[in-house]
Amino acid sequence: MRREKAHRAARASGSLASLRRRLVFAGQLLFTLAVASFLVVPAFLSILAGVTANYFVGIRSGVTLQWVVQVLTLYGDTIMRSLVIALATLAATLLVGVPAAYALYRRGGRLSRLIEEVITLPLAIPGLAIALALLLTYGGIPEFRRSWLFILVGHVVFTLPFMVRSVIAVLAAIDVKLLDESAASLGASAWRRFRDVIVPNAQPGILAGALMVVTLSLGEFNLTWMLHTPLTKTLPVGLADSYASMRLEIASAYTLVFFVMIVPLLVAMQWIAGRGRPNGERR
Amino acid sequence: MSLKTFLRLCLAPLVAVVVAFFLLPMVRLILVGATGPLGLSAYAAILLEPRYRATLFNTVVLAAAVTAATIAIATVAGLFLQRHRFPGRALLVALLTFPLAFPGVVVGFMIILLAGRQGLIGSVTAALGGERLVFAYSIEGLFLGYLYFSIPRVILTIMAAVEKLDPSLEEAARALGAGPWAVHRDVILPALKPAFLASGAVAFATAMGAFGTAFTLATNIDVLPMLIYTEFTLSANIATAAALSVGLGLVAWAALATARSVAGRTVAAAG
Repeated sequence: MRREKAHRAARASGSLASLRRRLVFAGQLLFTLAVASFLVVPAFLSILAGVTANYFVGIRSGVTLQWVVQVLTLYGDTIMRSLVIALATLAATLLVGVPAAYALYRRGGRLSRLIEEVITLPLAIPGLAIALALLLTYGGIPEFRRSWLFILVGHVVFTLPFMVRSVIAVLAAIDVKLLDESAASLGASAWRRFRDVIVPNAQPGILAGALMVVTLSLGEFNLTWMLHTPLTKTLPVGLADSYASMRLEIASAYTLVFFVMIVPLLVAMQWIAGRGRPNGERR
Repeated sequence: MSLKTFLRLCLAPLVAVVVAFFLLPMVRLILVGATGPLGLSAYAAILLEPRYRATLFNTVVLAAAVTAATIAIATVAGLFLQRHRFPGRALLVALLTFPLAFPGVVVGFMIILLAGRQGLIGSVTAALGGERLVFAYSIEGLFLGYLYFSIPRVILTIMAAVEKLDPSLEEAARALGAGPWAVHRDVILPALKPAFLASGAVAFATAMGAFGTAFTLATNIDVLPMLIYTEFTLSANIATAAALSVGLGLVAWAALATARSVAGRTVAAAG
């Protein structure tokens, strides 16, 4: 009799513990879902508003692409310019950053550490300060100030550390020094070793760096807002412009265009990051 | 050509670009900061002038509040996502991290869609019979915006740190009779401290310097980046703008440098 009672009590407390565990799980899940909706719902709303005939009335006013078409006619030049600047930034960071990453890693030593340190500074200093510094130094050269190259310079300074560090990380992971020395012992010149041994082996780092550089350049606003002129507006500058002065549907359609450009890059980045991990798990 | 010469050639373009377009301009910025009527004391004015000091104080408090809230939210969500496997988990992680590459202006627009004049929160409160709640253009809106772009970054760092926790420590604590709260308080949270410091510093530095979100939302909010912008463009007060930028850069850099010395790797701000 007593034993049965104790048994029942134990079972009750066991099921109480499992009920508690389930409640805690549900609570945490709900919380995490709420956080995710905070991030996702506005993005979804902006996509919705971009294809809704009248957002104030709601989706029953009809689905339309007229806002997207208007964005392309009103802001098409900013989209093209952003693509050109992103590709030019990529070319510059590849040409300048990849050889430098190799040299910094291969040389090692205190000076290389210092250089790496200095090129990483633009990540810590707000873009506004860098833009102001560039304006104060080169703003007086009208041909440069008016050209899109002025923006390009800012983007290169800002994105270069991502390329260099991404390549250095891969070089360090594959012990490139050994490869380099064996190729040298076979009589390959420094340039041939760089072209035929280093670059192919550094490819994953170059690819990851390239995706990062293009994504950052396409979305860069803090520097660009200060550096642009009315004739060198980029996509994010145009976005700010439309948020301030256009109806919500056009601003949303413009944001939608930006998402369409940026999301494939993000997906590719996540895919690469996932591929680099042994169990294919995303971080 | 010797390897040494080749490596020098490889480095030369980088050094040229960094010196010409980063180091020289930064030196110029620091010098210009001292060319105003106040001279070098323009830097002291950041702290002594009541208007600048109030703005600096506002910005630091806002950035600190965002950092604390982000870490709290990201820890609950990050621990949960790393500890449980359930259908849809990978999708949830992807949703929580995809705003990582949103520029500040877009984040500002997201807040307008949530809490602006035609925003979701306003429509819901109006439909519930209350007043149309609009707060996108206030300090609360800015707080929400900074939260929006901080959460993805911090969650990633915390999830990575949770993954590296040693489960045997928790098992030992539990075997010694510690309840779930005690295990969290005495084992898990202390072990995550480096991740808190690293991701907290990134969140703080990013919030200090975030210009795009403030620019989209702030019609009337005094934060440092907006002050620099208005001093420079509207008041043409270039020396003050330069001095304030140097100050802002120093605060952001110091936060990240501290975090790096603790966490042992380079951390970056953006947004």
